[in-house]
Amino acid sequence: MEYIGKIFLILLSSILINNFVMSRFLGICPFLGVSRRVETAVGMGAAVTFVMAMTSLITYIIQYGILEPLNIQYLQTIVFILVIACLVQFVEMVIQKSSPTLYKALGVYLPLITTNCAVLGVAIINIDEKYDLIQTLFNGIGAALGFTLAIVLFAGIRERLELSDIPKPLKGFPIALITAGLMSVAFLGFQGLIK
Amino acid sequence: MKLSKVFINGILNENPTFRLVLGMCPTLALTTAAINGIGMGLATTFVLVGSNLVICLLKDFIPSKVRIPAYVVIIATFVTIVDMIMQAFVPALYESLGIYIPLIVVNCIILARAESFASKNSVLPSIVDGLGMGAGFTLALLLLGSIREILGAGTWFGMPVAPGFSPAVIMILPPGGFITLGLVLGLLNKLTGKTEQL
Repeated sequence: MEYIGKIFLILLSSILINNFVMSRFLGICPFLGVSRRVETAVGMGAAVTFVMAMTSLITYIIQYGILEPLNIQYLQTIVFILVIACLVQFVEMVIQKSSPTLYKALGVYLPLITTNCAVLGVAIINIDEKYDLIQTLFNGIGAALGFTLAIVLFAGIRERLELSDIPKPLKGFPIALITAGLMSVAFLGFQGLIK
Repeated sequence: MKLSKVFINGILNENPTFRLVLGMCPTLALTTAAINGIGMGLATTFVLVGSNLVICLLKDFIPSKVRIPAYVVIIATFVTIVDMIMQAFVPALYESLGIYIPLIVVNCIILARAESFASKNSVLPSIVDGLGMGAGFTLALLLLGSIREILGAGTWFGMPVAPGFSPAVIMILPPGGFITLGLVLGLLNKLTGKTEQL
């Protein structure tokens, strides 16, 4: 029972308290780049969720099945990034076949999931925190859900922002960053959730 | 293009942080103190110069279809080197930069320069481009880190700035990062008269 409680805590903390975008600053590029429409944001979130869950699982197996027994942990960064690149390629092919419209909307940001620091970040955090297999999986899913939550909320705000009267120098990136800052203040409120 | 021009280009016209808006994750996460900004900037500069050099030398041997994975492996190699060097020589800084050191691999600036500059130019300009971009990135991080440290902790490089100044802690918390960068970008747009469309 205590174990289930711990897993729930990991899930909650990676979705809300240590939200990847809002408090760890991982995955900012797609967060700013693909958040102009809610539908694209949802598609991106789904793709990232899949990649992150799979990455967590596979990097866990590689870390404890290959790197540690052979004592070559220093190859971690190189091996992990290759695994992620392969997974993204796979997801890209699946989306291209199953939903060409989404494929078009995601555009260049789809292959760029490879360089989404949230994906590599979650793999490294899992190892650093010494999570076991199930905790790793839930941390990956939680982090991805947190990313999706942030990007979809942000897309909702930005759709309205486009119609509002913004001072000229602040148009585009600056106002998006300030908006994200205010959202981040809201997410700070979750800090008190777990003692 | 003259070498000095390539170098200045990285600092001013194509400043990775303020003009190209690349590499946002370390920019926002590590500018809580000026010293962290410099540490991250120098580490990134090393990786940029190293990867630009190697990619430039190997550009005729790498088939264009697998170039991205090849570049990523080269970059990851340099990141591993930086990771080990920092762990050995500056353990305190290594601790405070933490997970963001291995994450230099996925810093878009590096891959962007490899793809758009190093794979098209000869050796010397590529190295200079790496240095210029690195310097631009370091200066940007130093600027943001200084603003946030002074306003958020009342210190600069650990030294108190003014007696009786009560800092606004929000500036060194995550929201401060977003808001500072947003306002600095807005100010630069105002000063240079450019508006960027996302």
